[in-house]
Amino acid sequence: MNRALSLLLSLTLAFTLLASSVSATAEAALPVIKIASATPLSGSQAAMGETIKNGIELALSERVEEFKALGFDLQFAPQDDQADPKVGVSIAQRLIEDKDILAVIGHWNSGVAIPSSEVYNQGNLAMVSPANTATAVTDRGLPVVNRICARDDAQGPAGADFLFSLGLTSVYIIQDKTAYGQGVADEFKKRFAAIGGTVLGYEGITAGEADYSAVEEMIRASGAQAVYFGGIYPEGGLIIKQLKEKGIEVTFMGPDGMDSAEVVNIAGDAIVGTYYTSTAADVSGTEKGAAFVASYNAKFGRNPDGGYAAYGYDAMNVALDAIKGVITANNGALPTREQVVAAVRATSGYKGLATNVTFNSIGDNTEATVYVLGFKEAKYPPEVIKSIPVADYLK
Amino acid sequence: MNQLQMLVKIIPQLLSDGLALGFVYAIVALGYTMVYGILEFINFAHSELFMFGAFVGTEVLLFMQGVGILPNIPPTLAMLIAIVVATVLSGGLGVAVDRIAYKPVRNAPKLVPFISAIGVSFILQDLVRMVEEAKNGKFYLNAPTLFTNRITLAPNMVVPEKTLYIVGLCIIIMVSLTIFVSKNKWGKAMRAVAQDRETARLMGINVDKVISLTFLIGAGMGGAAGTLFSIQYGSISPYSGFILGMKAFTAAVFGGIGKIPGAMLGGVLLGLIEVFGASFLGALTGGVFGSEYKDVLAFAILILILIFKPSGLLGKPVGEKV
Repeated sequence: MNRALSLLLSLTLAFTLLASSVSATAEAALPVIKIASATPLSGSQAAMGETIKNGIELALSERVEEFKALGFDLQFAPQDDQADPKVGVSIAQRLIEDKDILAVIGHWNSGVAIPSSEVYNQGNLAMVSPANTATAVTDRGLPVVNRICARDDAQGPAGADFLFSLGLTSVYIIQDKTAYGQGVADEFKKRFAAIGGTVLGYEGITAGEADYSAVEEMIRASGAQAVYFGGIYPEGGLIIKQLKEKGIEVTFMGPDGMDSAEVVNIAGDAIVGTYYTSTAADVSGTEKGAAFVASYNAKFGRNPDGGYAAYGYDAMNVALDAIKGVITANNGALPTREQVVAAVRATSGYKGLATNVTFNSIGDNTEATVYVLGFKEAKYPPEVIKSIPVADYLK
Repeated sequence: MNQLQMLVKIIPQLLSDGLALGFVYAIVALGYTMVYGILEFINFAHSELFMFGAFVGTEVLLFMQGVGILPNIPPTLAMLIAIVVATVLSGGLGVAVDRIAYKPVRNAPKLVPFISAIGVSFILQDLVRMVEEAKNGKFYLNAPTLFTNRITLAPNMVVPEKTLYIVGLCIIIMVSLTIFVSKNKWGKAMRAVAQDRETARLMGINVDKVISLTFLIGAGMGGAAGTLFSIQYGSISPYSGFILGMKAFTAAVFGGIGKIPGAMLGGVLLGLIEVFGASFLGALTGGVFGSEYKDVLAFAILILILIFKPSGLLGKPVGEKV
């Protein structure tokens, strides 16, 4: 019985090997170029990872014929990083071993992208990130790392410029004592003071508490016209609500930590008239965006979930444009990874769906945009009020 | 100095905020102090009974909102209904916790019920989280807005209507508790058990019943405070009880643990120190310490007082408890 089973198994295995080698020889006519995506496809962040992967896949599938004409078989290699740095690193190890892979589009979490990109760097594998906003992603100066979205530290200055443009010249700053919250609050403070605004106060709060009355009273006493909050929506929503209940009339603004449907539930009607900045915006309103949503829907049977699918689409096209450029320069020869890394970094003037792309020397997109969103009614998502180019804020 | 003058203007406002927070601390502190008075045991799960009450009260309000009766009844009535339901359920849970987790280890060494209490605390936190997540898909709740009016009490003192109700209700709760303990037969029995459990038993007092009653009242008040907290600050999570419980426990020790007036005084003082500390620290230290150091300040003051008066503000080294 046992012997029969093992015989059966080995036969199956032999056939599979045979079959795969047959198909491999059939395809061998064209050299393969594989592009990987690395996003969470399982776990709590799978929904976001899935929609980005779909955006990436859509871009690739639209250009398979174009690459066939150039003499290459373009293939997609989606990876699941599970939003876990350990998994991200082990995927990165596998990807640098696969010589057909010429670029990676990913990741979703900055915390995964940072250690994984160290591995890509060892393997000289170009990474184009659609969504990593942490400053450390590009600040390490790795030649393989690029991102098409804005940096976290652009949000503070963009918020400052926006409030100032509304004619609000005095502001009170609150931050939640986290690296993120304090980071954006400090950048906001620098910029607001530099363009001539007055910072009337700068205080920290403890996340997880519910009584912020002391800080709110200080805002009242300071007579500030606006409040900038460096932090996340649970505290931000409560502060908005409590300020309203206390009758303190100020314009509230925060970073993309405030970007959650939940903020409307917490703050209620008090949310009307508040603003936050975000590094991604929904593209479905534009003509190109509507076409993207339509073809996304045709391929995957539903609409993209949030704005980042379009960033995945653009990131893939940036990588493919670079690879195509190298192929042309090579007179049709297969590009090396070194050539792709250099070509991606040299990307300039790419006109995309969600964003235009020109990389600077460390791989930040000088044409990225920070969006200001404002609540005109107590309904999520709010409207995009203004797009602020980040070029001025890049150091 | 300019900033200081500016802050002086908001003193009346801070007073009302500090009192509202302090009274919530005081009511929760009462639960700690009463159980300690009777059993010489810190009921660490009390903060979770507070949190449970906050969830029950908020769910009652959300239910009334869901079936559409919330806008049609006076908000004070809605608040009272929520408080009564929360008080009853929290009180019942308090008695149940005592029966299940404390009574079997009543005569064990003192650390055993203490560990049991920590266990109950974790169990209640995650039980509430589990139920809320299954029910609502998220584990925190936002209370519906009941009161939107603001009342001008004095120049520079505009207080949200609900703050007045909260302070008023807390005072009513504390006065009734004081009357109950000093005048009622059961209150007298509680004081007797607190003084000497064995002698009280010999005098024909049903000690077990008195202990259950203590848990019922203490936990019930915790539940009421939870509902008030949720109405005042608008948002609660299963972990809201932890920090607040720590502070209320501190308030109980501050005032003299085991003493009912001590818990009230300690709670109110701690609330005031916190709110005033948060506002004035920055100005007084020239911006070196901001409002985020309010807890450091509050606890530094506490340590100082306890160094000079180890039994707390109203505690006597020896003597009658409760």
